[in-house]
Amino acid sequence: MNQNTDSNHQPDSRGEAYHHDEAENLPPHSHHDEETLSEIDVQAYWRANVKVLIVLLSSWAFVSFGCGVLFSNWLDQFYIGGFPLGFWFTQQGTMLCFVAIIFIYHIWMKKIERDHGVDDDEDNVEGRLTSQADTGAKP
Amino acid sequence: MNAQTLSFIFVGLSFALYIGIAIWSRVGSTKEFYVAGGGVHPVVNGMATAADWMSAASFLSVAGILAFTGRDGAVYLVGWTGGYVLLALLLAPYLRKFGRFTVPEFIGDRYYSKLARVVAVVCLIFISFTYIAGQMRGVGIVFSRFLEVEIETGVVIGMAIVFCYAVLGGMKGITYTQVAQYCVLIFAFMVPAIFMSIMWTDNPIPQLGLGDKLNDGSGLSVLQKLDQVTTELGFNTYTVGTRSTIDSLAIAAALMIGTAGLPHVIVRFFTVPKVSDARKSAGYALAFICVMYTTIPAVAAFSRLNLTESVNEVAYSEAPAWIEKWENTGLIAWKDKNGDGIMQYRPGHAFTPTKPIFTEARGTYGERVISNELTSNGNEMYVDRDIMVMANPEIAKLPNWVIALVAAGAVAAALSTAAGLLLVISSSVAHDLMKRTFMPDINDKKELLFARLAAVVAILIAGWFGINPPAFVAQVVAFAFGMAAASLFPPIVMGIFSKRINRSGAVAGMLVGLSSTLAYIIYFNFIAPEINNPEHWFLGISPTGIGTIGAALNVCAAVIVSRLTPAPPAHVQDMIDDIRIPAGAGVAHDH
Repeated sequence: MNQNTDSNHQPDSRGEAYHHDEAENLPPHSHHDEETLSEIDVQAYWRANVKVLIVLLSSWAFVSFGCGVLFSNWLDQFYIGGFPLGFWFTQQGTMLCFVAIIFIYHIWMKKIERDHGVDDDEDNVEGRLTSQADTGAKP
Repeated sequence: MNAQTLSFIFVGLSFALYIGIAIWSRVGSTKEFYVAGGGVHPVVNGMATAADWMSAASFLSVAGILAFTGRDGAVYLVGWTGGYVLLALLLAPYLRKFGRFTVPEFIGDRYYSKLARVVAVVCLIFISFTYIAGQMRGVGIVFSRFLEVEIETGVVIGMAIVFCYAVLGGMKGITYTQVAQYCVLIFAFMVPAIFMSIMWTDNPIPQLGLGDKLNDGSGLSVLQKLDQVTTELGFNTYTVGTRSTIDSLAIAAALMIGTAGLPHVIVRFFTVPKVSDARKSAGYALAFICVMYTTIPAVAAFSRLNLTESVNEVAYSEAPAWIEKWENTGLIAWKDKNGDGIMQYRPGHAFTPTKPIFTEARGTYGERVISNELTSNGNEMYVDRDIMVMANPEIAKLPNWVIALVAAGAVAAALSTAAGLLLVISSSVAHDLMKRTFMPDINDKKELLFARLAAVVAILIAGWFGINPPAFVAQVVAFAFGMAAASLFPPIVMGIFSKRINRSGAVAGMLVGLSSTLAYIIYFNFIAPEINNPEHWFLGISPTGIGTIGAALNVCAAVIVSRLTPAPPAHVQDMIDDIRIPAGAGVAHDH
């Protein structure tokens, strides 16, 4: 796939989009089309990944810096099972949220990866779509 | 049977178990030594990661810090657990896909530079040494107590044991041994916690017991009682924080970023079979950690109540036996300032310097005489925070086997972390420095020899720091986190999420981050400890939290220098594309 590198790096996004549409409806009829599709899918996957990260890291920051420090004292006016809420967050609550965030991340990413065909399930050990970079990476 | 004999039996049995596992899973190749051949189930790996990461500091020291500082201490809990979110989201999957042995290897390859790799090794060694010194101190405390010797002797015994243990096996042995160690340490931590929770509240779940009502019929809850006791004696109110918001934020951030940058934790995610397993594994690791970490606040609260009740206003001649035993290790001291023979436990340091300097003599009541200069406050007690967890079962008058169990648990915690750290130090020295930088021609056998030699040197230096620690165990460890935050975390994350950060940027960033953080910590702890207070701190941020500023400087330096120098070459940009995709990750491999 190295010989196709130049065409893949063309800045003309309309051309790539065209290949993408075509490839969705038709089986890829040339090596070149397959490459183009994977490149676009990989980019879409990466954008989805970054979106997940932004959402989850915001919740992480809200819980740890917000509930744990910034408005911890304000939360103390509420109670949860005998604990002032802010105090509870600093002692136990934040940690439980962290565990939840990581498992949500795991499940969410698994779904996105299956949708984009870049998952690492048993039947996809080598990748259904080989990523553009796969050849150049290993020295 | 007395507690000492039982401790010998329990620690001995647990050792037999660890050594048995280490022999059963002996390693033959460098790959197995470093990453266990890459075939460890995520739950198993999660449990091993939890043991690896929960150190003597977690086991012994955090509850002690929380017991003495109340709400302020909780920032350690938030910081250390929150780092796992960063680790799982920003590092673990990508580093697993990258699939090599060590953190410097990633930095060296991503930044196509031997210099970057060497700088990363230097950062890593600094971090690991600071961290391992804390472990040695922890092991020392355990041995000094149950062999009833001075803390220095305890540290030396600990060094000998870690030496035998860590040089035996590699990562494969360590992974399964750590699973056993997790079971031992979590059991050892939970049993006294449950006992104490029942004792005070009748609630067998310590996490819930902390919020419950006392069972003495007073109608007060545990937290109300704590606030009452602390306020009456003039301490800070237990559930009210006193640290400034900016310092709390900085410490929490430094600990979180630092956790994610700890090399011995990162390397654990090279051992799972798949990228998705690395994410899952981080989740399990944190869940296993939280079993203990949510219990710590309860242990802290109950032990504060226990301590105050059994020490304050009690005549020394009628003091419980554990006071004398800990006095013999040098971790408790009493100076009868007002000559009434009764121990007064109040806020403030009883004498200067704050640590007791004992003379050979014994006082009127048989207490050890100290030669420190006395302070003018009413406090007569010195209680080392690190003894709280170890002393808990005795203070709470729990059966002897619980005391023995805690000793075995603390040793497990210290050993599992020390072993993980030694492995990281030895693999970086042997693999990154020798094999990949200076002596590329050496064979597997030579490399393993270098790895073991590095472990020996590491133990010796760590032991020295364990005997002469700059601060409490958890604080020593906190500095390691600050350094990890300032040096390793930024180049790894930027290396994954930016294609523009280049060789010069990464090196400049690491150097700026590590040196600024190190300088700040050294200045305030060793050069000018007398001005180590909020008025003199930069922006009011303590040395514990300065890693956050170090990390920010690191990022700034890296971005600016990268902008001024050429972009990374095409093969590196392709590599970045590759590690962003989970599919196609083989086992971690060598060159």
